[in-house]
Amino acid sequence: MCARPVIVMAFAVAMSWSSAQPALPADSNDSWREIANNVFNGRPLADGSQLITLEMAERAEDAAIVPVTMRANLPAGDTRTLRSLTLVIDENPSPVAATFNVGPGVAMISTRVRVNSNTKVHAVAELSDAKLYEVDTYVKASGGCSAPMANNAEDAAARLGQMRFRQFIKTTTAPASAPREAQIMIHHPNNSGLQRDQVSLLYIPLFIVRQLRVWQGDQLVLEMDGGISISENPNIRFSYLPNGASMFRAEAVDTEGHVFWGEWPVEPTM
Amino acid sequence: MRAHYEAVPLRSAALITLLVGLLLSRTATLTHSQEVLKPLSIDQVGSGIYVHSGEIALMSGANDGAIANVGFVVGAKGVAVIDTGGSVREGRRLLSAIRQITDEPVLYVINTHAHPDHVFGNAAFLPPAVFVGSHNLPRQVMERGPYYLKSFRPAMGSLLDEVRILPPSVTVDDELQLDLGDRMLTLRAWRASHSDSDLTVFDERTGILFAGDLVFLRHIPVLDGSIRGWLKTINELARLPAKSVVPGHGPPSAPWPAALDPEKTYLERLQSDCRDLIKRGVPIAAASELAAASEKSHWDLFNEYNARNATAAFSELEWE
Repeated sequence: MCARPVIVMAFAVAMSWSSAQPALPADSNDSWREIANNVFNGRPLADGSQLITLEMAERAEDAAIVPVTMRANLPAGDTRTLRSLTLVIDENPSPVAATFNVGPGVAMISTRVRVNSNTKVHAVAELSDAKLYEVDTYVKASGGCSAPMANNAEDAAARLGQMRFRQFIKTTTAPASAPREAQIMIHHPNNSGLQRDQVSLLYIPLFIVRQLRVWQGDQLVLEMDGGISISENPNIRFSYLPNGASMFRAEAVDTEGHVFWGEWPVEPTM
Repeated sequence: MRAHYEAVPLRSAALITLLVGLLLSRTATLTHSQEVLKPLSIDQVGSGIYVHSGEIALMSGANDGAIANVGFVVGAKGVAVIDTGGSVREGRRLLSAIRQITDEPVLYVINTHAHPDHVFGNAAFLPPAVFVGSHNLPRQVMERGPYYLKSFRPAMGSLLDEVRILPPSVTVDDELQLDLGDRMLTLRAWRASHSDSDLTVFDERTGILFAGDLVFLRHIPVLDGSIRGWLKTINELARLPAKSVVPGHGPPSAPWPAALDPEKTYLERLQSDCRDLIKRGVPIAAASELAAASEKSHWDLFNEYNARNATAAFSELEWE
């Protein structure tokens, strides 16, 4: 399930580095077509503007932490459901930020990404009709001192793998079965592998959370196959439908084979 | 742990670098002989201590990237330069300003942290000047330097052509003293605060503290390290026996420790607003518009940096 996206990602890194020296095509649509062909094996992408939304600020205030929200907004009566969302930051060294496979009832995913330069960003949804739908937006990278790399090296090493899980309690009279939101956080430097060690001049190895899964009881709610554009300390907020289970469980695997996990009781609605 | 930097063992290595340096500086001189650069305007802020006060603005080609305060300390044996500015052109204008004051050699080039407005002028200074910075500075400049060169290209244009990423050869783990002959500079590296590589320089003779971007006045503080670390550092800085401070941005000199008050108020407000927004479950994107909004009228460049500061603070404080 996760092996293929990682290979695709590595391929995308190789692609972008090998093509970094010759002039890139000026038309950003060209780079998107190339990426889309590689990532989705040439499958057709339909216009998704009536089905999904992609929310990002026009200007990336902090290049290391750019909030992004994707939502499925299926029209009333549409019986299709969301299967997965893929987030692509076209001009980043490895454009595929992450693919999220979702369980029943998940309609919103919010996370934070690195943005290296002015870029188009694409979200591609796969619905239960097995078709792909795309939307895009444009983000300007902020100038200033912000840089899209991890910051506090000592802190990162000391807290590696710590997890947090938050459930957002709605104090309204919504029924217990109404959609709710939760957030999974994991402390991890998510080093991109594109930075050089200043002494050896070798690249610091890729060190990222490559897969993160969250279950509600025995039901998989969310599975992220992550790339290097996910910010330090990966952080995902998502909507879900309560299924009556009493526990949430999360498991993360990084590129060095560490496995991190946690369990939290489902909090009652108020 | 107090270390004293020994100049003696350096000399043999310095001889080699001196020769290389002479060759390089000769080339540099020839390349730029056509252009006569105006020396940076400087204020004397204490005996033998001079500061150019940067414009409160974003770096641009029009301002040579000269937006940070840069300065130098003149001792009997030579000069210590503290930050070199946002372009090699600014660095050369700083060197011209130094040459109006003294013919003594530049012994040390100290970078207070890795941001481009403080280090992009480094290439104006050549060996045998010794480059000094925090133990985290080599990593930060090497990781971020290439990114900064690319991201500042639209604003700075060809002014960046000559910029070289020059990490320090002498680093400070905790404290280090540099002897300028008749005066001693005490360098201190700090925990992640404004950035991950903050360093202060204290001149014991005059009681003047070069704070780098650990102190902002007028220019909104910029958070690129740790908000909790910075507030802790501010409390420790306040106890230093300084008489006045050269802030990283703002006037060339300000009274100590009162100069810490405005940024402390801002950072505390930012911290408490973020904590409150986190508690209420407000998502980070919405929170970045709200946190510290009440501080807007007190700072220049608020719109350019506040949302960014809020984003950084929020993502740190979420882990409390």
